[in-house]
Amino acid sequence: MAETPLWEVFIRPRNGLAHKHVGSLHAADAVMALQAARDVYTRRGEGNSVWVVPSVAITASDPDHTDEMFEPTGDKIYRHPTFYEIPEDVGHM
Amino acid sequence: MYSQGLIGADGRTGETETFLAAFQARIDAEEKIEPKDAMPEGYRRTLVRQIGQHAHSEIVGMLPEGNWVTRAPSLRRKAALLAKVQDEGGHGLYLYSAAETLGVTRDGMTEELLAGKAKYSSIFNYPTLTWADIGTIGWLVDGAAIMNQIPLCRCSFGPYARAMIRICKEESFHQRQGYEIMLTLCRGTRAQKAMAQDALDRWWWPSLMMFGPHDAESSHTEQSMAWKIKRFSNDELRQKFIDATVPQAEYLGLKVPDPAMRWDEALNGGKGGYRHGPIDWDEFWRVVKGEGVMNRDRIAARKKAWDDGAWVREAALAHAAKRATGKVAAE
Ligand SMILES: [Fe+2]
Ligand SMILES: [Fe+2]
Repeated sequence: MAETPLWEVFIRPRNGLAHKHVGSLHAADAVMALQAARDVYTRRGEGNSVWVVPSVAITASDPDHTDEMFEPTGDKIYRHPTFYEIPEDVGHM
Repeated sequence: MYSQGLIGADGRTGETETFLAAFQARIDAEEKIEPKDAMPEGYRRTLVRQIGQHAHSEIVGMLPEGNWVTRAPSLRRKAALLAKVQDEGGHGLYLYSAAETLGVTRDGMTEELLAGKAKYSSIFNYPTLTWADIGTIGWLVDGAAIMNQIPLCRCSFGPYARAMIRICKEESFHQRQGYEIMLTLCRGTRAQKAMAQDALDRWWWPSLMMFGPHDAESSHTEQSMAWKIKRFSNDELRQKFIDATVPQAEYLGLKVPDPAMRWDEALNGGKGGYRHGPIDWDEFWRVVKGEGVMNRDRIAARKKAWDDGAWVREAALAHAAKRATGKVAAE
C-alpha cells in the first residue's frame, strides 16, 4: 500500500503575526491533514489559523549551494541606511 | 515522556578527516544542523536511531496509562489522564516527523517497531497494577523524562531540538498531575498510602534505569557528546534526578526503596547529593532484550492497532484518490 502523504503544517499564533512552520504530519487528503494538524499542533491554544501544504509541493534551496545563493548580498553594504553619511545637524532621518 | 539513554548506537562513520573536522567546527560553534546539510553518516544514523527510539517510547508509553483511563477514580482525574495520554501521542508524532527529515519513512519505522527490531524505553515493559502506578509514572517516569529531555532542547540537530522544545513545554503538567495523585493518596487512608508506597517500591529502580547504563559501560556517549546530540552523561542526569526526587518522596512521607541511599557531601563537586545503592543491570538488560513482564503485550497491542486500522488508511487513500480524479474530470 502507498504511504500516506506528508504535509507541512504552518500556524498563525494570533492575528497580526505570520504563519510559522511548526512541523509535519501524514494524512490522506487536505481535510484530514487540517484536522490532524489541529489535534497534533494546537492542543493548548497555539494558534487561530492553520495552513497545511503537501511536502512535495515545496521547492527548497540547495544547502550545498548556500554560498553562491546568498553571497551576492554580502558586499552590497550600500543597501543599508548606515552606509550613508548625514550630518547630525540634519536630525533623525 | 520518554527518552532513555540510547541503546546500541553506532557512531561509526567513513568520511574524510577534513569533512569531519569541518562538521565538528560547525558543532563547536553551536551552529544547528538542518536536514539537508552535509553530515557524517554516523551522526545521521545515531539520530535516526535515537529519535526513532524516543518516538516509539512516546507511543508505547500510551499503553500502560491508557490501561487506567476507564478506571480513573474521578472525572477530574480521567480528563487529566486522557489529556496526558493524548499529549504522549502528539510527542510521538512530533518525533516521527523529526526523524523523517533524515530520510527514513514513518511506515519503515512502524514496521521496525512491530517486528521487534526497534527499541523503546524499557520502563514501559512494567505493568500498571494499581491507580497509584499512574501517580508514580507521572511523578517519576515523566520526571526522569524531563531531566533527559531538557538538555535535548539544545541538541545540535534542528528538527529534534525544535520537537523537544514543544514536548518539554507539555511535560510539566504530566509530572505535576502525577505528584498530585500521590499527594492525595498519601493524605488518604492507610490503605491508600500503602498503595502509594508499593507503587514507589516497584517503579523506583526502573526509573533510575531510564537514564541508561553507567558512563563507564556506555561506549557511544563520548561521540554523542562531541556531536552535541547529548549534553550530559547518563550518570550526571541520573544524579540530578535522584537529588530532585528524594526530597519529594520525603514530603509525601514515602520511603525510597534503597537501603544504601545516603547523603554524601562529596557528590556534585562538593555541593553534596544522594548516593544511591547498586542498580540491578541484569534486570535492565533482561527487559531491554524482551523478557520484561509486558514486552509481548506492548508489541501485540501496537500490532493490533496497526492491523485493525489498515482498512481506515486504505479507505482514506482511496477516497482521496477518487476526489482527486473527480476534480480533474470536472475541470
Ligand atoms: Fe509525558
Ligand atoms: Fe512525552
